[in-house]
Order: sequence, then C-alpha cells, then structure tokens
Amino acid sequence: MTTPVYAADPPSARAVVELDELVAVLHRPSGATHLLASPAPELLDALAEGPADARTLLERLSRRYDLIGSEADAIEARMEELVTAGLVWRA
Amino acid sequence: MRHAHAVRVGPVGFRVGAAWRAPVEALAALYEGYPEPEGAIPDLTVRLYPERPWRRWLRPSVAISGDYWLPDAAPLPLEQGLLAAEMGMNLQVALGWRRHLLLHCSAVERGGRVLLMSGASGSGKSTLATLLAMNGWRFLGDEFAFVSLEDGRIHPFPRAASLKNQAIAAVRQAGGTVGPVIEDTPKGRIGYWRPPADALARMAETAPPALLLFPRFGFAEAVEPMAPSEAFMRLTQASTNYVALGEAGFTALSRLVRTVPALTIDYPDSATGMALAERLWSEA
Repeated sequence: MTTPVYAADPPSARAVVELDELVAVLHRPSGATHLLASPAPELLDALAEGPADARTLLERLSRRYDLIGSEADAIEARMEELVTAGLVWRA
Repeated sequence: MRHAHAVRVGPVGFRVGAAWRAPVEALAALYEGYPEPEGAIPDLTVRLYPERPWRRWLRPSVAISGDYWLPDAAPLPLEQGLLAAEMGMNLQVALGWRRHLLLHCSAVERGGRVLLMSGASGSGKSTLATLLAMNGWRFLGDEFAFVSLEDGRIHPFPRAASLKNQAIAAVRQAGGTVGPVIEDTPKGRIGYWRPPADALARMAETAPPALLLFPRFGFAEAVEPMAPSEAFMRLTQASTNYVALGEAGFTALSRLVRTVPALTIDYPDSATGMALAERLWSEA
C-alpha cells in the first residue's frame, strides 16, 4: 500500500484568525469557513513547502515545534479530516 | 401596485406596495414620523399582492414578494396585512442587503456602546431590548444588527419591535404602549411597539458593540461565558448574509467575537432578564 501524499492551496488562499483554542479559517477558493483545532492549522502551513506524506509532514512540524508522542498515523488521520473538509487533497 | 408607502429605517429605504389600501395605511401609521428613503429611491421593494386575481375581493389573501423572495412563503389573510408587510420587509433585508453584516440580534445602546442580544424566536431578545429601551437605553432594533464591514460599529435599524404572545403583556405591564395587535397569526399573537422619538431622531448614529448576550427565556437564572469560537459559530448561523459577503463577512464577524465578550444568560422572567443584562453590562 502506498503512503498517501497530500497537497493544499498556498497560505495566500486562506484567511486565518485565531479565536481561542480554535482557529477560524476562510478558504478563499471555496468561500467556506472552517473552525480548526491544533494541529490542523499547523499541518496546512507545513504543506506550504509542497506536497508531502504524513512522515514528511511530521519532520517539517518537528523542525518548528516540540512534538511529544506524535506519530505519522495520527498525522494521517488529521490529514484525512482536512481532505473531507475540502482544505487538502491527495496529490 | 395601487397603494404604496416609502419609508427609511436606519440605512435601508423601503417601498412597500400593495393591491389593498388597508395594509399600506396600517404601515404608514406604524411608521409615522420615519423619514423617506434618501433621494426618494428605495433600496428594497416589498410587494403584497393577491394570491389569485379574484382573491383581492373574495376571502382576500396576501402573498409577499419583492426583489428577493422565497417560493414557500405562505400567504396571509388580509386582516394580517400589516404582518405581511413587516415580514416582507424582514425578508427583503435578510436576502438582499449587502452593505453590512446582518446578525439576527436585538440591539440597544448606552454610554456610546452597544449591547447585542442574539437568539431564536422565543428567546426574549425583542422583549429585553424593548424593556431596556423603556429604561434609559437607546433602541437600535429588535430584529437585525447591522455590523459595519469597515469598522464593526452597529448601525441602528429601529423598526417597530415585534412582540409575541406573553411579551405583549410584559411590555404593557412595564408601562409600554403596544399596538396594533394582530391575533391568530402563524406565530400567535403579535403586537407592535413603536420606538421612542429619540431612537428615530438618532437612527443614523452608529456605536461600537461592547457586550454580546445569548438569552434563553423560561429557564432558571444562569450565566455562562461563551468562547469566541462558539460565538463565531453561533453568529454565522444567526447571520442571513454571512456566506454572501465572503471575506468581508469573515473579517467583520471574527473581529466582533475577538473584541466583544459573549455570555449565555438563562432567565425565568423579564424582570430577572433585565436585572441580569444591567448587571453584566456594568461588569463588562
């Protein structure tokens, strides 16, 4: 089974406002508003470097954040949620 | 349309046309003292017409239309023509207005700052706004809050307040005049309360929001703070034009919930609701 590779629109396609633990995101291409909990906003930002699989995303995140107990499987689950929301697609 | 009345409420110029004289006369009486649309050109048009041509005379039945319409809006009997006109005005604003973010909220102002109250029908937001307006607050509106897309200030929209069922008695008991009253409408008994002269004279005077309440009538007294994200989600649902406004709506709404504290309030009766609103306002 191949590992899915994810891609997203560039950060300029989103308006982002931190409200509290949740972040409001306006996806400009669709006009849809989303309320996202961490690490979804960070994962979207991590895709700015280009399409990536869960393991690569984990590496990108760990460069910027102290990650405790994060696994590629958990990242993949979050990415699939973002696919369902229409913010990410499988490349 | 044979009969028509033009009126300006806050930023909105309306023209209401009807096939009958009575609803237009009732509307003109309710809105006596309101200005005409600027430049005599209305922003929104409401049309009240017979459901079928013969229904102008035979069991007259009023259908509501305008620039924007819903296909399933049920016609009303002619005795409820004023309600049809009011519903038509609400509908045209809800579906057609794009110059502000519209929130289904009542709004009152004191000391240059605005208290917003958001809730579904029956939450008591109209009653509380009316009672507060009879107690030293300026009445900005009981149906829609007009949020400026540029700076977030609230523009008054001081329509006559629409009071339902026990709210009519509550306002009368507090010394307010309610009339006309329309019986047996789809929402029960509806009575109109005319805003005071001060609310009309200052209907162009905007003010910034300072507190957002989500009232619930008929429950034991309780106050809970609401997270900005929950207020954001609730207000997207309470807005009639959030989606249509795109990023301008997103910016205006996120600014509102980040800068204005939000609370839910449960209250068993109007007096408790009033006291809660006053206390929370003094602490805000």
